[in-house]
Amino acid sequence: MMNGIIEIFGYQYFVNALLASLLTAVSCGIIGSYIVSKRMVFVAGGITHSSFGGIGIAYYFGLNPILGASVFALLSGLGIERFTKKADIRNDSVIAILWSLGMAIGIIFIYLTPGYAPNLMSYLFGNILTVNSTDILFLFALSVVILLFFGFFFKKILFISFDEEFAKSQNIRVELFNYVLMILVALTIVLNIKIVGIILLISLLTVPQNTANLFTKNFKKIIFYSIIIAFLGSASGLIISYFLNIPSGATIIFNLILIYILIRIIKIIFKF
Amino acid sequence: MNKLLKLEHINAGYDHQTIIKDINLEVFKNDFIGIIGPNGGGKTTLLKVILGLIKPFSGTMEYYFPGEYKNTKTFIGYLPQQVSFDKKFPISVSDVILSGLISSGRKSAKTKAEIKHILDDILEKLGMKAYCNSSIGELSGGQVQRVFLGRAIISNPALLILDEPNSFVDNRFEHELYEILMKLNETMAILLVSHDIGTISSYIKTIACVNQSLHYHPSNTISSDQLKVYNCPIDIITHGKVPHRVLHEHK
Repeated sequence: MMNGIIEIFGYQYFVNALLASLLTAVSCGIIGSYIVSKRMVFVAGGITHSSFGGIGIAYYFGLNPILGASVFALLSGLGIERFTKKADIRNDSVIAILWSLGMAIGIIFIYLTPGYAPNLMSYLFGNILTVNSTDILFLFALSVVILLFFGFFFKKILFISFDEEFAKSQNIRVELFNYVLMILVALTIVLNIKIVGIILLISLLTVPQNTANLFTKNFKKIIFYSIIIAFLGSASGLIISYFLNIPSGATIIFNLILIYILIRIIKIIFKF
Repeated sequence: MNKLLKLEHINAGYDHQTIIKDINLEVFKNDFIGIIGPNGGGKTTLLKVILGLIKPFSGTMEYYFPGEYKNTKTFIGYLPQQVSFDKKFPISVSDVILSGLISSGRKSAKTKAEIKHILDDILEKLGMKAYCNSSIGELSGGQVQRVFLGRAIISNPALLILDEPNSFVDNRFEHELYEILMKLNETMAILLVSHDIGTISSYIKTIACVNQSLHYHPSNTISSDQLKVYNCPIDIITHGKVPHRVLHEHK
């Protein structure tokens, strides 16, 4: 077993996958903390699923599926932000409509695409071992942008998320911040689809954060612990799935939730 | 006397329905004005005009900024009637208070030590020092209100505006709140809106009664005759322990 672990580090795809899980942990750790604190989990679910429409269209026209997914994720993210504030429709209804519209478009176009749609399953359920160096580059760039943005504007993001009305009354450009953050949410979702897939992605954005929340109620610490927990979950999921020959995305999510449950139990037993 | 604010012949309301008519009011440094009046009489509308949240239909309003204030955001501190917030939101008491400095910008940027000093001073004044690292969701209603009061005063405004601060706290805290306000009044003018000013008459200095129009009483006692003239359906206000009550409503 030990030899086996050392051996797999010799494979480029495995090193890529490990690098990807670190970058996934950083991007999902930070953006997920924002999503969980602002109770936007359903929004994130809507963006994730609607991006499937872009994947379907990209398959049909022979384009890069991630490009298609990005367009759909950005449109649905900004659409949710705009429609819930301006139009006369309920927030959760908008999300449900965009969620299912994206899925419907994706299914129709994949059905129309002649022949077998390769890698379709890896977009739905993820496969961290298929991550290539371009994916890593994009994930890296995104992680840097998120780190810089949160580094510079941490307090403003915290205060706006806590009390938007007050921030508005203080002449803070709340809408601009919300749009920028929504773009970061959409891009984080799209670039992490390959890791765990559309169906399971939501848990990368919520489970580590809620585990972190068991230790602390400080926003900064929630971000920090989430990154560590997300990395532990995805790295261990990657290794276990490799040796047991089971799907990596599902293993990662299973591990994350297992960590959450174990810590809850420990918390009850030791009453900390 | 340093004048801070002057309203002249203000008419304001919503969708061309006038709610307050021909309001004249001047606020000076160290004023502690209780604004009273029946529900729907226009107290909140008046506050919104002063805060710049709605534009009056006619009339003029002028702020007189002392040198150190850049704009109305730092000039006026505001404690709304009820702040709705997510009790699970991961933010500490200190950070909520510090969010009152969000608009102060880079130019007036203070050093970390200075900000910490200001924060400590406010926590002390509010009696919240022991809770500085607590999460906002762990506090009681009265404590939460003190924290939001802290947020309103950390930028050291010249004018503090409070909307019904006694509407969601228990009696014991109400007394403490007014003690805190008395202390704050040494450095800032206070405008306090209440539908029941009887309980705080010994703290405020003057009374303005708003019922469409505004009547200013340059003392904190109103006789029942005055109340009839000014059409103010409120409890009578006196100093001392004499229980007075005006029992009929004015049409």
